[in-house]
Amino acid sequence: MIASLSTFGDCVTDGACLVNTGLSGLSVAMVLFLIASGLTLIFGVLRIVNFAHGTLYMLGAFAAYWVVSRMGGTDGNFWIALAVAPLVVAGIGGLVEVLLLRRIYGRPQYLQFLLTFGLILLAADVVRLTFGTEFKLISGPGPLSGSVSILGRPFPEYNLFLIGLAIAVAVGLWLMLQRTRLGRTIRAAASDREMTSALGVNVGLLFTVVFMLGAGLGGLGGALDAGRPVTIHPIMDVERVLQSFIVVVIGGLGSVGGALLGALIIAQVSAFGILLLPQFSAAFAFVIMAAVLLVRPWGLFGRPLEE
Amino acid sequence: MILNVDSISTYYGQSRILFDLSLGVDEGEVVALLGRNGAGKTTTLRSIMGLTPPRSGSVQFKGEAIEGKPPHVIARKGIAFVPEDRRIFPDLTVRENLDVARRKPKNGRDAWTVERVYALFTDLEKLDGNLGGHLSGGEQQMLTIARALVGNPELMLLDEPSEGLAPLLVQRLGDQLRQLKDEGMTILLSEQNLRFALSLSDRAYVIDKGEVRFEGTAAALEKDEKTRSAYLGL
Repeated sequence: MIASLSTFGDCVTDGACLVNTGLSGLSVAMVLFLIASGLTLIFGVLRIVNFAHGTLYMLGAFAAYWVVSRMGGTDGNFWIALAVAPLVVAGIGGLVEVLLLRRIYGRPQYLQFLLTFGLILLAADVVRLTFGTEFKLISGPGPLSGSVSILGRPFPEYNLFLIGLAIAVAVGLWLMLQRTRLGRTIRAAASDREMTSALGVNVGLLFTVVFMLGAGLGGLGGALDAGRPVTIHPIMDVERVLQSFIVVVIGGLGSVGGALLGALIIAQVSAFGILLLPQFSAAFAFVIMAAVLLVRPWGLFGRPLEE
Repeated sequence: MILNVDSISTYYGQSRILFDLSLGVDEGEVVALLGRNGAGKTTTLRSIMGLTPPRSGSVQFKGEAIEGKPPHVIARKGIAFVPEDRRIFPDLTVRENLDVARRKPKNGRDAWTVERVYALFTDLEKLDGNLGGHLSGGEQQMLTIARALVGNPELMLLDEPSEGLAPLLVQRLGDQLRQLKDEGMTILLSEQNLRFALSLSDRAYVIDKGEVRFEGTAAALEKDEKTRSAYLGL
């Protein structure tokens, strides 16, 4: 799409290319935001760094594949897959929280790493045994398989849909956290678990709900990417989840707004960076992260740890 | 007795803080829990609330054993805990702090609503939209009591509410607590400020090293110079 333009300079001076590249970056940013918001929400409330968050993203893509392959790959089934996949992954997340994570709250942090890393390996093997090792591909929704012309350049309709859906999710998440009692309670528990429980809140149940929500957001990211389409395989999460961790570190662990800003920065830097220095494009995200950490070690919207 | 603490022993890790401590509170009473720093006042309140459950002994609230139950269950049975360090949620506004704590009253009594606590703590109403973290110490103290009230408890555990407040604010706090008492609230009040505590209380317990050293009416403690000098340093 942008291969014809050899340099960064040509693109940023050409309005159509600029908008097109920016929109591509935005469609990546919104998936990164969905994944990163789940990750940061879980950290903010449960104080668990869920290294297996990418696994939830991968499971979301496989859940979408499972639904579509079960029902036949017709157009309408993708919508069902998109609705079912986050619910399936949220359910898996609920089981993980209740059966495993609950045992390690307040225990040494290396246990978090061992447990969640173990889950990555376990889930990848279970997926291989269940679905086989070959790459999977599903087609996105038929009505959105075409392109629209934006300033004379084609842009995939599906990506526009993805951007819109993710914005709706972001707004919904913000409204839930700011305007509902559940959201206020989640924010209260994030800052003081013990006091929240002394006010009559079943914090254990709240943690399960938050983990399910975070897992579902990761699963939604995976299902949306599956419809892009990207190839579905047990280690498809590596690149996305690495970027999501960078996004969360830049935005500040625990901050959903920070995750949004971080995702926008990282995705746009990647989108335009590939024009500037194609062979080093993967490094830009790390450079940005290092720069942010030098100035604000706790991230843009985060705050210094008290301990 | 609305609250009956019978011979509880509580530990932090290996170190034992409370030694077979017993106390009781009648409905509508204000009872002071006095003692020096480190005597075990906070641990007693935390034991009742289930935040640091006692290892032995029993705690009965309205005749029901509550020891070993999780704090949220104990809170929902009608006990509110107001910690010494206030524990306001700093990122939530004043109203949001209250909203998180709202519970319906159980026995059909007049409910404490946000509006009703604003009428008691008039300064809080003006701070409605301010973040908890931006309040002064005195404002946070009002908010932490208000937050306990909107949970509509039948018993309030107040841990050193006068701590760190300027004398004028201590006086206002006393007036506000007296008003609660007049409305029939039952309060167990831990304090180091003897004068403040005795001006509010019907009865008092003096504890030292995790054991009860005195129990009696506020008037009796006022007269008992020996106890006061031995355990309260007055």
